[in-house]
Amino acid sequence: MGEYNKEKFVIKGKSISGMESIHRPSLSFWQDAWRRLRKNKAAFIGLCIIVLYALLAIFAPMLSRYGFSSMDTSAMHATPSAAHWLGCDATGRDQWVRVWMGARVSLTIGLFSAVINMCVGSVLGGLCGYYGGRLDMIMMRVIDILYGIPSLIITILVMIVLGKGVTCLIVAMCIVGWIGSCRFVRGEVYRLKEQDFVMAAKVLGIPDFIIIVRHIIPNIIGLLVTNLCMAIPGAIFQEAFLSYIGLGIAPPNCSWGILAKEGIQYLRIHPHEIIWPAFFICTTMLALNLLGDGLRDAVDPKLRGTE
Amino acid sequence: MAKYVVKRVIAALLSLLCLITIVFFLVRLMPGDPFTSVKLTKEVAANMKSYYGFDKPLLLQYATYLGNLFQGNFGYSMKYTNKTVNYIIGQTFPFSADLGIRALVLAISFGLVLGIIAARNRGKKLDFICVLIAIIGTSIPDFIMGAVLQYFFGIKWGLLPVAKYLGFEYTILPATALAFYTLTSVSRVMRASMLEVVQQDYIKTARSKGLTDFRITWKHQIRNAITPVMTIMGPTVAAVLTGTFVIESIFAIPGMGKYYVESINNNDYAMILGMTVFYGMFLVTCNLIVDILYGVADPRVRIGKR
Repeated sequence: MGEYNKEKFVIKGKSISGMESIHRPSLSFWQDAWRRLRKNKAAFIGLCIIVLYALLAIFAPMLSRYGFSSMDTSAMHATPSAAHWLGCDATGRDQWVRVWMGARVSLTIGLFSAVINMCVGSVLGGLCGYYGGRLDMIMMRVIDILYGIPSLIITILVMIVLGKGVTCLIVAMCIVGWIGSCRFVRGEVYRLKEQDFVMAAKVLGIPDFIIIVRHIIPNIIGLLVTNLCMAIPGAIFQEAFLSYIGLGIAPPNCSWGILAKEGIQYLRIHPHEIIWPAFFICTTMLALNLLGDGLRDAVDPKLRGTE
Repeated sequence: MAKYVVKRVIAALLSLLCLITIVFFLVRLMPGDPFTSVKLTKEVAANMKSYYGFDKPLLLQYATYLGNLFQGNFGYSMKYTNKTVNYIIGQTFPFSADLGIRALVLAISFGLVLGIIAARNRGKKLDFICVLIAIIGTSIPDFIMGAVLQYFFGIKWGLLPVAKYLGFEYTILPATALAFYTLTSVSRVMRASMLEVVQQDYIKTARSKGLTDFRITWKHQIRNAITPVMTIMGPTVAAVLTGTFVIESIFAIPGMGKYYVESINNNDYAMILGMTVFYGMFLVTCNLIVDILYGVADPRVRIGKR
């Protein structure tokens, strides 16, 4: 055994600059979420379906040679064929075009009412949660009372008063729809406000506005996007329901709810008239639900698989 | 506890008053009136209006309406001559209630079982199947579910009656269609809450005591996991109730939902008003009961830690 001394040891690979260098590219929050979302097969398929449907809703009616309300008495109740891909309805209107016109209406209503509800709810909920005090007290009492009122009943009545139409539908759905997101955002903001990093920012004398923009919003935006994605199917559901009971869109315009309603009348003799609208409604719902689940996991990996 | 109950009752009453007020004034804002569609001379229409009290000031009408409601009188129908709203509710509500209760029992029992099975087999095939059922269930609107069930079981295979509501075999399809959506939301909440409970210390304690798996799940896990399910009972009842609107018209069941939709299409003010207020009272009462039960089950709620 020889002696160990310093000369026998050579420092091989220590370089300060090498240790400090970053091996992987740094990912922002959204890049990271996007990476996780892509890995989640179900969610990615959901996203693809939605993009596909949105594109079809925009372009399919333009590219078809049939108008969505033009009737063809020789093709009444036609079954699917090369001329009419999904067949025709009771007055000989092409179902393929009607399905995608309906998609335009249903998707627009779903998206707009969900976004409006989310925005109104977030602003009110955020103010209540952040500033608290008397405003919060009053708002919470009001919301407690409003929350007790069955929202669908109010929506139905408002629809009766306003009449049929896309704008009326969106307005009717937003009158009570913001309450849920308001409660949710208030709770989140209230929780964040108590956290140390917000406290630190406050102590440093940063104005409230900057704290909200820089600290509070980035921390809840992920959850907000997820909730938004979950709220869209709910809104599409509601539209379909209202159209179904005769309150949504005025004929000859169509939405998925109206197509389902018209189709169900001929269920026994012409089942293809209900099957295809039903298929598109259900796959859209499924896609949005899968995407919502995937987004929730992507923006907040802690919650993965618990719900 | 008493303070909590009183607080909930007051909030519920305020909600109800608010609802009645909103409904009353909204109904008055509705376009068209029930007397224009009938071939009536002006004098007759005016007579009818004064008969129903529409010529009096709005606030007086409102006060009268509140007074009548207080005595349990929901008003008259204007379309079905000489029928009170009370009479129609009395005729039709039993059907809806029967259907609703069947659907609720079905949804809650199957939902809980599905949730428990999924949580017990977390990450395995069985869990995947349960979650898949849940996610598919939330994607199918109940009117489509109703139509699909009706088509396959009633028309194509001829196993069950297609419509009407005359006996047990008539109830199966509508109750299933109504229950399916609710079932899936119950199972999702149950699964999540089971998975949360399983990480708690008392489960570890139970396990280290050497209790059997079955006993742990039955005695400790399920009992604790079931409280969050109660919170969604309010929305669940509401969902089942609105579901009856469409399911009843698909299956031709003479229930209240069918009448409600009809009176909307007929502009029958008094019916809409009466039935809406009835639905509102019903739902507010259900929510109140759920809230109070929740307070009983979970003491943390009572002292306001929410």
